[in-house]
Amino acid sequence: MTMWTAILVASIVCVALKTVGYLIPAKWVEAPTPLRIADLLTVALLAALVAVQTLGVGQAIVVDARVPAVLVAAGLLLLRAPFLVVVIAAALVAALLRLWGWAA
Amino acid sequence: MTLDPRFDDAHSAGEARRAVREGLGVALATSAYGVSFGALAVAAGLDVWQTCVLSLVMFTGGSQFAFVGIVGAGGLAAVPAAIASSALLGVRNVAYGIRMSPVIGAGFWRRAAAAQFTIDESTAVSLAQRSPHARTLGFWVTGIGIYVGWNLSTLAGALLGDVLGDVRAYGLDAAAAAAFLALLWPRLRARQPIVVGVAAAVVATVLTPVLMPGLPVIIAALVAIVVGWTNWLGSDDRADAEPDDVAEREGMP
Repeated sequence: MTMWTAILVASIVCVALKTVGYLIPAKWVEAPTPLRIADLLTVALLAALVAVQTLGVGQAIVVDARVPAVLVAAGLLLLRAPFLVVVIAAALVAALLRLWGWAA
Repeated sequence: MTLDPRFDDAHSAGEARRAVREGLGVALATSAYGVSFGALAVAAGLDVWQTCVLSLVMFTGGSQFAFVGIVGAGGLAAVPAAIASSALLGVRNVAYGIRMSPVIGAGFWRRAAAAQFTIDESTAVSLAQRSPHARTLGFWVTGIGIYVGWNLSTLAGALLGDVLGDVRAYGLDAAAAAAFLALLWPRLRARQPIVVGVAAAVVATVLTPVLMPGLPVIIAALVAIVVGWTNWLGSDDRADAEPDDVAEREGMP
């Protein structure tokens, strides 16, 4: 599969998912189990992505400047900092640690 | 029931203005983050056009970052896992569509356009308004505002990423991790999602060295299906539970 095919397939699937919500009658999905699974699916995927983005380099697990950066982000989230502040702070921490040679 | 119709008019005009103001504010903050998506996508090996098509067509930030992150780690071989991850992360938009459907109203083109603008922020801003008019207005202003801003900043980031070189020097890899964490954070208000989140993170980390990039994330998603199906650690009544889904006012589309 080429990168272009992959991008188009993934994009079309995502657009289709957005459309599905407008097509199905609300009462079909009022059952608690599918709603609960949809909620938890988002939680599991985001948590897994946090882990992989923080620790993964290809197939290796590496502890580097991303770990303190994400810890700072978590601290700011505890303090209810806005999204953009959290993200910029994490980038800044990682960039500075690498600049000063304190972390890879 | 207001007796004075002038008060009612002024009141609804105020609500409409508030919806527009909130929508534009959220759009501005979210769009700024598109720069890092553009730069990371180019760093992951996509060209500028491919990066822009993701923002123009896919237009749902979590899925876009997941796709780019997995392709960046695993290259073309990881493409099926990248597609699956972005699709699974897009499942929450189904819930948003169901919530927004009555707000948008009838008309084929209207609903077709609304579907593409159905993302975390537009849903959240809309549902935060009280009057039906303000809800509709909030949805369109936020959705269209972010669509324009996010695509412009994606293009800027992609062009910038071409000249930046190593995005790690700017901490953009850490920014992506922090962004996922910020999207996850408001969803961790009950025991069940916290347990699922921790378990999924552990599963993904443990499987990373033994599986192709992308697959650990998908297998971690199985945790959610098992726990969700059995409702392990869940409360019986949904009265004190979270709303159907947490649409974020801030974050990425």
